[in-house]
Amino acid sequence: MNIIVCVKRIPKTAEADIFIEKDNKDIKKDNLVFALNDWDGYAVREAVLLKEKFEGEVIVLTVGPDESKEVLTRCLAMGADRAIRIEEPIPNDGRLIAETLAKVIQTGPFDLILTGVQAEDDGWGQVGVALAQILGIPHASIVTHIHIEGGKAKVRRELEGGLEELLEIKLPAVLTIQTGINEPKYVSLAAILEAEDKETKEMTLEEIGFSPREPLDATIDQVSFPPTGKRAEILKGTPDEVVGQLTEIIKRKKGS
Amino acid sequence: MSDIFILVEHRQGKIRDITYEIFGLAESLANQQGTSFTAVLLGHDVKSFADDLSRRAPKVLVIEDENLEHFNSVLYQKTLSSLISKYQPSLLLMGHSAFGMDLAPSLSVEKDFPLVTDCIGLTFEEGKLKATRSIYGGKVNASVSLRESKGYIATLRPGIFPPKMHGEIKGRIVMEASPLEGGVDVKKFIEYIEAPITGEDITQAEILVSIGQGIGGPEHIPMFEELAIRLGGTISCSRPVVDRNWLPKERQVGISGKTVKPKIYLAIGISGAFQHVTAMQGSDTIIAINKDPRAPIFSVADYGIVDDFQNVIPILKEKISDMK
Ligand SMILES: Cc1cc2nc3c(=O)[nH]c(=O)nc-3n(C[C@H](O)[C@H](O)[C@H](O)COP(=O)(O)OP(=O)(O)OC[C@H]3O[C@@H](n4cnc5c(N)ncnc54)[C@H](O)[C@@H]3O)c2cc1C
Ligand SMILES: Nc1ncnc2c1ncn2[C@@H]1O[C@H](COP(=O)(O)O)[C@@H](O)[C@H]1O
Repeated sequence: MNIIVCVKRIPKTAEADIFIEKDNKDIKKDNLVFALNDWDGYAVREAVLLKEKFEGEVIVLTVGPDESKEVLTRCLAMGADRAIRIEEPIPNDGRLIAETLAKVIQTGPFDLILTGVQAEDDGWGQVGVALAQILGIPHASIVTHIHIEGGKAKVRRELEGGLEELLEIKLPAVLTIQTGINEPKYVSLAAILEAEDKETKEMTLEEIGFSPREPLDATIDQVSFPPTGKRAEILKGTPDEVVGQLTEIIKRKKGS
Repeated sequence: MSDIFILVEHRQGKIRDITYEIFGLAESLANQQGTSFTAVLLGHDVKSFADDLSRRAPKVLVIEDENLEHFNSVLYQKTLSSLISKYQPSLLLMGHSAFGMDLAPSLSVEKDFPLVTDCIGLTFEEGKLKATRSIYGGKVNASVSLRESKGYIATLRPGIFPPKMHGEIKGRIVMEASPLEGGVDVKKFIEYIEAPITGEDITQAEILVSIGQGIGGPEHIPMFEELAIRLGGTISCSRPVVDRNWLPKERQVGISGKTVKPKIYLAIGISGAFQHVTAMQGSDTIIAINKDPRAPIFSVADYGIVDDFQNVIPILKEKISDMK
C-alpha cells in the first residue's frame, strides 16, 4: 500500500505577538516559530500506522520554501520513508497548490492520499478535496477512523454535535484527516538523526512540468486586525487583586 | 445578473441552522446586485421542507431522488453541476460545515468556479466577488478578491450571519427532475453513528471550568478539577484537550462536541476558534483567562484576565474555598 501524505509548514500564531507587514498583505513572519500543521501530523501518523499493517511506502509531499525541509525531516522521523518538496509558487492559492500536488502525484502509483482537514494558518479546508477532483478519484473529508479492506476503505466522517457517518469509499481516494484520529507518538532525537539520512527530493515547478495559469482564483488584498467590537472588561492589578475582582464577579453571577 | 443559489443543508429530518444564516446574507447580496435568490433543496421526501423554505425565499428548487436521502458529495455534486449548467447562478452559497467542506472544493474544480471558504463577509464589487476571512486562528482578518468569473462558490462560517426568520413572502416551489441515474459505487453512505451517552453531561452544568491547549499538559488537570468542585461546577474543554486524551470526548465544547449555555463559562488557555465559540457564546457570563491579550476569546468574553493561568488559578482556588 503506497500512501502519499501532503503536509504544510505553518507559523504558530496562537501565543505569538502578531504584526502586519508594511504592504498590509500578510503578517510579519520573521519572529514566529514554524511547525508542521497539526492536522498533517495526525495524517502522517495515520499513514505510518496503516503501513505497519499493510506494508508499502509512505511518501510525504510539500509545496513550500527551502525551510519546509525541517517539517519533512520531522515527518521522516515519524516513520515516513521518503519526502518530496516542490519549490513554492508565490503567492499561495489553494487551487494552485492542489494542481501542483496533483502534477507530482500523477507521476507514480499510489493507493491512498492523506491530507489534513485544514491548514492552521489560513484554514481554507480546500486543498485535499480539490486535489481529489483534479485526480479524478473519490474523497472523504474530516475523517476520524479508517478501516481498509479489499480495495475499499470504510471511513468515519465527523459531522456536527458529536454525530459521525460511516462511509464506504473506493481506493485510490483522498482522505482529509481530522485531529484525534490516532495517538501521536513521541519522536525521539535518534529518529530525527536517522531521518536525515532518508531521501528528500527537491523539484521546481518547471521540473514537474507545471506552468501555473493566471490569474489565481484568490488573492489577498489586505490583512488587518479584526475590529475590536465588543471586548471583555480586562481585570487589572496584581494577581491577588485580579483574583479578588474575579471572585466577586463569580459570586454575583452565580447567585443571579 | 443571474440568481444566487443557496444549498439547503439538512440531516435526519431537520434543516440545519446554517441554512437560515445563509438566507440573510443571500438576500442582502441579491438586493445589492438587483437580482434574486433561490433555495436549492436536494433530498428524498423533503416536500415539507420546501413549504418552510418558500416563506423565506422567493424561489425553491427541489430535486427529489431516493439516492439523495443522505448527503453524499458525489451525488450532490452531480446534481448541482447539472442545475448550475441549466440556471447559471452567479454565486452558490453553502455552509462551511461537514457538508460544505466535503462538496465545495470538488465542485469548484469541476465547474471552474473560484471558491472562497469560511467567509465572515461577502460582497460583489464591479461584478467580482470579494470576501472577508478570519485567519491565523482569528487574530487577523483578510480581504480576499476572487478572479473574474461567471460563477462563484463560497462557504460561510456558521454562527456569524443572523438567521432569516419566516417572512411574509410565498415563494415559488419548482420541482426539477433528478439528473441522477441510480447511486454510485465509489462513495456510499452506510449509517450514522451517534455519540455514546456516557458520564457527565456538561450541558446541564451551571458553571463550567473549561480548559484548552494552553494549559500545556495533563498534569494540571487535577488542579482544574478541584477548582470546578469548589465552584460547584464541572470541567469541560476545547477539542485539542480531547484529541490528546487529557479528557474524554464527552467534555468537549464545540461544533463537533457539545453546545453549552451555563451561567458562568470560565475559559482557561482557550484561544477562541469559531468551532469552539459558536457552541459557548450563549453562556450568561463568559470569563477568559489567557496570556495573549490578542486572543480572539476576549471578543466574546465579558471579563478577561491577561496572565499565565499558573499565576491566577492557585490563588483563585484558595479564595473560592473561603467563599463557600
Ligand atoms: C471540522 C472541525 C471541527 C472542530 N470542532 C471543534 C470543537 O468542537 N471544539 C473545539 O474546541 N475546537 C474544534 N475544532 C478545532 C479548532 O479549530 C481549534 O483548533 C481549537 O478550538 C483550538 O483549541 P484551543 O483554543 O484549546 O488551542 P489553541 O488555539 O492552541 O489556543 C491555546 C490558547 O492558550 C493560550 N495560552 C497558552 N499558554 C497559556 C498559559 N500558560 N496561560 C494562559 N493562557 C495560555 C494561548 O495564548 C492560546 O490563546 C474543530 C476544527 C475543525 C476543522
Ligand atoms: N503547500 C502545501 N503543500 C502540501 N500540502 C498542502 C499545502 N497546503 C495545504 N496542503 C494540504 O492540504 C490540507 C488542507 O489545507 P488548506 O486547504 O490550505 O486548509 C493541509 O492539511 C495539507 O495536508
